[in-house]
Amino acid sequence: MTLDTVKHASETPEAEQPWKELGLKEDEYARIREILGRRPTGAELAMYSVMWSEHCSYKSSKVHLKQFGEKVPANDAMLVGIGENAGVVDVGQGYAVTFKVESHNHPSYIEPYQGAATGVGGIVRDILAMGARPVAVLDPLRFGAADHPDTRRVLPGVVAGIGGYGNCLGLPNIGGEVVFDACYQGNPLVNAGCIGVMKHEDIHLAKASGPGNKVVLYGARTGGDGIGGVSVLASETFESTGPAKRPAVQVGDPFQEKLLIECTLEIFREQLVAGIQDLGGAGLSCATSELASAGSGGMRVELDTVPLRDSSLSPEEILMSESQERMCAIVEPDKVDRFMEICEKWDVIATVIGEVTDGSQLEIFWHGEQIVDVPPRTVAHEGPVYNRPYARPAWQDELQADDANKLPRPANAAELREQVLKLVSSPNQASKSWITDQYDRFVQGNTVLAMPEDAGMVRIDEKTNLGVAMATDGNGRYAKLDPYTGAQLALAESYRNVAASGARPLAISDCLNFGSPEDPDVMWQFAESTRGLADGCLQLGTPVTGGNVSLYNQTGETAIHPTPVVAVLGVIDDVTRRTPVAFAEEGQLLYLLGDTHEELGGSAWSQVIHDHLGGMPPKVDLDREKLLGEILISASRDGMIDAAHDLSDGGLIQAVTESCLRGGKGARLVVPDGLDSFVFLFSESAGRAVVSVPRSEELRFNDMCGARGLPATRIGVVDGEEIEVQGEFSIPLTELRTAHEATLPDLFA
Amino acid sequence: MTARIGVVTFPGTLDDQDSLRAVRTAGAEPVSLWHRDKDLKQVDAVVLAGGFSYGDYLRAGAIARFSPVMETIIDQAKAGLPVLGICNGFQILTEAHLLPGGMLQNSHLHFICREQKLRVETSDTAWTADYTAGQEIHIPLKNMDGRYVAEERVLDELEAEGRVAFRYLDVNPNGSLRDIAGITNAAGNVVGLMPHPEHAVQPLVGTGRTDGLGFFTSILKKLVNA
Repeated sequence: MTLDTVKHASETPEAEQPWKELGLKEDEYARIREILGRRPTGAELAMYSVMWSEHCSYKSSKVHLKQFGEKVPANDAMLVGIGENAGVVDVGQGYAVTFKVESHNHPSYIEPYQGAATGVGGIVRDILAMGARPVAVLDPLRFGAADHPDTRRVLPGVVAGIGGYGNCLGLPNIGGEVVFDACYQGNPLVNAGCIGVMKHEDIHLAKASGPGNKVVLYGARTGGDGIGGVSVLASETFESTGPAKRPAVQVGDPFQEKLLIECTLEIFREQLVAGIQDLGGAGLSCATSELASAGSGGMRVELDTVPLRDSSLSPEEILMSESQERMCAIVEPDKVDRFMEICEKWDVIATVIGEVTDGSQLEIFWHGEQIVDVPPRTVAHEGPVYNRPYARPAWQDELQADDANKLPRPANAAELREQVLKLVSSPNQASKSWITDQYDRFVQGNTVLAMPEDAGMVRIDEKTNLGVAMATDGNGRYAKLDPYTGAQLALAESYRNVAASGARPLAISDCLNFGSPEDPDVMWQFAESTRGLADGCLQLGTPVTGGNVSLYNQTGETAIHPTPVVAVLGVIDDVTRRTPVAFAEEGQLLYLLGDTHEELGGSAWSQVIHDHLGGMPPKVDLDREKLLGEILISASRDGMIDAAHDLSDGGLIQAVTESCLRGGKGARLVVPDGLDSFVFLFSESAGRAVVSVPRSEELRFNDMCGARGLPATRIGVVDGEEIEVQGEFSIPLTELRTAHEATLPDLFA
Repeated sequence: MTARIGVVTFPGTLDDQDSLRAVRTAGAEPVSLWHRDKDLKQVDAVVLAGGFSYGDYLRAGAIARFSPVMETIIDQAKAGLPVLGICNGFQILTEAHLLPGGMLQNSHLHFICREQKLRVETSDTAWTADYTAGQEIHIPLKNMDGRYVAEERVLDELEAEGRVAFRYLDVNPNGSLRDIAGITNAAGNVVGLMPHPEHAVQPLVGTGRTDGLGFFTSILKKLVNA
């Protein structure tokens, strides 16, 4: 096959090109021709196709994501915002923290182990590229029905992949979620979050500046795996009749990544890079065009110098390959030798593949012949933008009218007891330790809290005990009922979880998982969710620092529930003040904070007992969430509470069950005046938490809540070997433990 | 006066920082050792930390055993240098034939991370003198290939000579023969175990207990009093 050079492309304007197979639309192809003033070469077409894919260009979501930049709350903490590899916030004492959540949904369905593993690898490199040492990972996961045969294929593979990769990197896995729902049957959601820590002065940005500076590719050799992963997998829906897509999934090597992390951190310590970018989706196409675009523009790359695993790869394939564990650095010429020495020390292959030029074009050569000559901004930052049509679905009103509050309730105490056991043993409410025990939560020796705590927390300074906490939350059922409220509920829950651990919420990252943007119903869900999230962040004072959008999570006509997942990052000045969920001290008083209303729409109870989804989700009051957060943080700092657990799916009885089992102590509960025992136990009203207060602190705690105007109701005491709801029923802890902990092993072990 | 305790970093070692912290917390001077370096920098004892040295390629610990630093460690261990192998370090010690037996994949085939109850079976080693025989401790366990196996004859011998150093209590988490969690050589200077004492040295982090600190205070006292 002849090489399709720039010259050849100019001479053969009418040559047929596989733009359609590469996922481009006709008008997009026409625009590329217009930008270049000729037809693109094969290599250029490859670059544009991957960079203009939904996954890389955010072409359908961009117009909505803009709100996160427009509705920015006043917050001094933000150091680097949306647009870089990950956002960065100031956490005090000279430290900065970078964090992000990304999706690896489509690859994980095709090839669960490698899909999930490389999801961890990719997010960790994003964090690393900011100049930070990765310190913890979290994994929000969603699968189809727990008892569906395909879930038995997908879940164990995903969990083993996350463990297999993350455990080898030496990063503690401190949180996340596991949710089952039939809507994710053909589209599991495998999101991955990572937190990194650095000093302010160590922040690195992805840009190539300074003509004459060298472009160094280092890490793994480039192979034929993952070619077109972003355009093929993440940007189209699955069709049962299409060709097998396995080769589009990348294959990971965590050992190589561990070396890459240590090597890169040593390179940072010696200040050897002017700019850096990891190679993830769209591989070299993305790294070179983004670095050049963010810098002064000019870059020249000799593509034939790229070390290969397979020497038969074509230049187009090299540009599109998503081989893992690679980074691209911009290095001043006199620092290249030292850079290479450090790579050699860590057995990492490093190659100078090009240099920054004073021109404005990204030029790529193959054995001396030019195959790419493009303005990099048109590849990386000026891709197509779509204002997709959207409309409130015709079925939305009917769904909301199907009120869950009208479902039949337990008729007597025995039924109530039975439903409690059913709830806490249901796959979504059951203990997830069969999964989380396959992840290393201890490595690095700084883990203060890890799942099943409300938030994960790591110490970042051993001398001062400064720490950070993070929680991820999302509830697709709520979002399906009302996407605006659902997104705010995800934000509120994550915020509440962080505050319950004793940390002060600072900023958020999000992973927005939706169906096809070409469906106006889905696009409406997306528009409403982003609007809700942006409004919510403005009100709570927590800016969005970055995130990820995953569209096309649908099989045929059926989309997943709209699933915005929100990660809130918090800071705690002294991790010794953290608040665990465990009720561990006999005799301590249990207080319910917040108001309980009759709110069962989208609840775990309606799903477990009635297999029902309808009505309205719980109301959101973000001012109340903020007040609750302040109380939880103050109470933790001043030693007024020994345990706290947020109330969310499953309501009060779920939270009390978890806290009792965690602490190995029972509880006696009294239904407050004016509340029905069923509503007391199962309602999912937002803005609530249950706390354990030492008797000596009761007065002070009550005074504080009273003065600040937060309803605090005494609902019982930590006591005994059972959970007793007075006048209704009691359940021994042993019975609860079996119900709660046996479910997942029974399904998957 | 204190003692210098080295912690080796192989490519793929993960718990080196934790081990250095544990050494420091016990009051000894931590010294980083590098796999390519034969020089042990005059340390008085060595910790082989956990992780996936050389990616666990071939077999856990099989390649690390041939690294330059191990040449010196093997020689000096035979001459009495105290060496503690934790998890992957234990695997390296068996590959180096400083300890008998070997590790297979967990019987349930999953990675397992849990707080594990152990019984310290002997205080007659360089690394367990601060415990009493029969003492029960809780420290983290986390591994994929943690199932200790050896020939019956070797197991009998280990038991007869009092060289089973630690046994799993309540739950045998990986199918190890005779619930063995760790062993010592006959001289008591070389000890290996699968669970991680270095993750249990500060009350705030890890399991919230400090049951693992005794490993590091044991060796420090021995070295300082020597």
